[in-house]
Amino acid sequence: MATPLYVTETGEPIHGILAEFATPADLYHAAEKIRDAGYRRWDTFSPFPVHGMEEAMGFDRTILPLIVAVGGFTGAGLGFLMQWWMSAVDYQLVTQGKPFASWQAFVPITFECGILFSAFAALIGMLALNGLPRWNHPLMKKERFLSSSDDKFFVCIEAADGNFHPERTRQLLEKAGATSIELVEE
Amino acid sequence: MTSINPDQLTAERLAGRVRPALGGEPAPGTGDGTLVDTPGVRPPMVLNNRSFKEVTDIICGYAENPPPRWWFPLFGLSATIAGLGGAFILYLVITGIGTWGLNNQVDWAWDITNFVFWIGIGHAGTLISAILCLLKQKWRTAVNRAAEAMTIFAVICAATFPGIHVGRQWMAWMLFPIPNSNAIWPNFRSPLLWDVFAVSTYGTVSFLFWYMGMMPDFATLRDRADRRLRANPDGGAVLLPFLPIRTDAIRAYVYGFLSMGWRFSGRHWHRYETAYLILAGISTPLVLSVHSIVSFDFATSVIPGWHTTIFPPYFVAGAIFGGFAMVLLLLIPARELFANMKDFITLRHIENMAKIILVTGMMVGFAYSMEFFIAWYGGNEYELYAFKNRAVGPYWWAYWSMIACNVLSPQVFWFKSMRTSVVVVFIVSFLVTIGMWFERFVIIVTSLHRAFLPGEWHMFSPTLVDISIFVGSFGVFLTLFLLFLRFLPVFAMSEIKAVLPQASPHYGHHGDHGDHAGHGHHSEQAGHTGNDTGHSKGAH
Repeated sequence: MATPLYVTETGEPIHGILAEFATPADLYHAAEKIRDAGYRRWDTFSPFPVHGMEEAMGFDRTILPLIVAVGGFTGAGLGFLMQWWMSAVDYQLVTQGKPFASWQAFVPITFECGILFSAFAALIGMLALNGLPRWNHPLMKKERFLSSSDDKFFVCIEAADGNFHPERTRQLLEKAGATSIELVEE
Repeated sequence: MTSINPDQLTAERLAGRVRPALGGEPAPGTGDGTLVDTPGVRPPMVLNNRSFKEVTDIICGYAENPPPRWWFPLFGLSATIAGLGGAFILYLVITGIGTWGLNNQVDWAWDITNFVFWIGIGHAGTLISAILCLLKQKWRTAVNRAAEAMTIFAVICAATFPGIHVGRQWMAWMLFPIPNSNAIWPNFRSPLLWDVFAVSTYGTVSFLFWYMGMMPDFATLRDRADRRLRANPDGGAVLLPFLPIRTDAIRAYVYGFLSMGWRFSGRHWHRYETAYLILAGISTPLVLSVHSIVSFDFATSVIPGWHTTIFPPYFVAGAIFGGFAMVLLLLIPARELFANMKDFITLRHIENMAKIILVTGMMVGFAYSMEFFIAWYGGNEYELYAFKNRAVGPYWWAYWSMIACNVLSPQVFWFKSMRTSVVVVFIVSFLVTIGMWFERFVIIVTSLHRAFLPGEWHMFSPTLVDISIFVGSFGVFLTLFLLFLRFLPVFAMSEIKAVLPQASPHYGHHGDHGDHAGHGHHSEQAGHTGNDTGHSKGAH
């Protein structure tokens, strides 16, 4: 691993700067300022999804719908293939005098398999894109940060960001209305 | 401004010692303040002007504080009933399904009635969480978690019945396309097999939906346990007198594991909301398909009374009807028994669900009459006989119980005073639940007991095993629901917080709603209040 650019007095590498905000409105406007200042590696933290935060943070739409579509069509395809292969290829059995590959009767199970795979693709895809499960994180060491799951709002700008500077970043967060600011060790 | 600190204020308000800050008395004629009919006036989603912190404290409190006193006897009773039901299932497996009241003619009876009854109840949960989500019905946030939990538990009860009804229960795995020594596969043209796929997909997807919704709330419970442990590493409740493990340590591990390490990131929330919307979008056709496929079990046969094309929509409407009745049966007592729950489940929720019961009850009533009409109009004498036999044959009491409970009793909901009276709504929900069980009994047993040849005619009467397993399924359902109330986040906290007025990024911006450019002065204002508590270590 590369030598960290910023360390604390005790030599701990810095993860980033954590700033607390009192309300969703403050967080929203702070996010707009940080976005406009050109930061890339930063994040907001709120107990619930704040409406319009995608725009305030300025990130691209997730590719999750595409993943789900691929999952869903794979599921439906596999479901159909399974029925066709089992009924028409592997063990041909005359039932109700119908053709072996009677696709009309295969529709319900094809549909259900498509739904099943899409649901797994949505959940697993969401977790994977988020880098979860990850049961530890530098931010979780901060007791203050734990109230992000209750009623407080946070911004963390990571030291790995090209624009990061201990003083200037801190000043930006102060100007954005942070009620408290602290450094987070890696 | 108050001089006490916010945490203390919250504590005082939770204890009911301080009036809610802006609450006051609800306006006359609006019940608890939520029954507002004026267009343009938004009724509050949560009463008593709860803050974010109060929402967290109240909802986590249900899982963290010792349960109310009534919980233990009720849990003991329902677990005992569930256990007895299990014992009778064991007896059935050991002895054979001859212990049921089935006979050669009525070869499906209470088992399949109970299966359709329970799977139908499960539909309300997905309707609330998926369809109402797509329709942007924000009131669903207060009831969706409990309704989804109820769905899962109902599917568990439902899946038991076909599983034990197959006769040789140890062969039940043959329902699935698993390679076996006979090298044969299931018959994919059979609606019974479609049912296996539909119900197992439905159970799985409902569970994933429920679990994903709970992940952020698990993280909240984890963080609270973590904070208590940090504040007081040697204190707190010990799990058992002889076990030196603290309850909060268990909570931090278990809820922490279940939360998948959720950390409330804005980027994560974006993908989470997308995933939630996608799950809602795919669950909507799923929930409609499941009961349609259940109805195919009957509709694709040639039995008079079953072979009708109206079955899929009629079954789906009935499922939503019965499901909402069960949601109300569970939530009306819960909101009376748990402290502060009325702030989340308001009279407006009850009224909205009563309206859905009225609408779906009328759909079901329409289906009953249309079945009769088609039986006459279709000119098939067997079909007509089957329906006449339902109404005036030996099972007339079941048919008229069904009509009275499902078609007549919801008609009281035309009146607002009835929709907003919790006692009336509870009684009607109870009747609807009975009626929906009778509906399935009528469809199954009255159609089977008199088929084409009079020489085959038979009656069905349940045995002790039939009754015990049915009652036992209620025990299983209630036991699971009581465990849910005790250990899991009963409300979707993050969703409830998001519909509070102060959750809007424009809250407090008078006159510049949606005007992103006009926010400068607010940030300036906030700028000089802060940072006196901030501290940082020097960086090199």
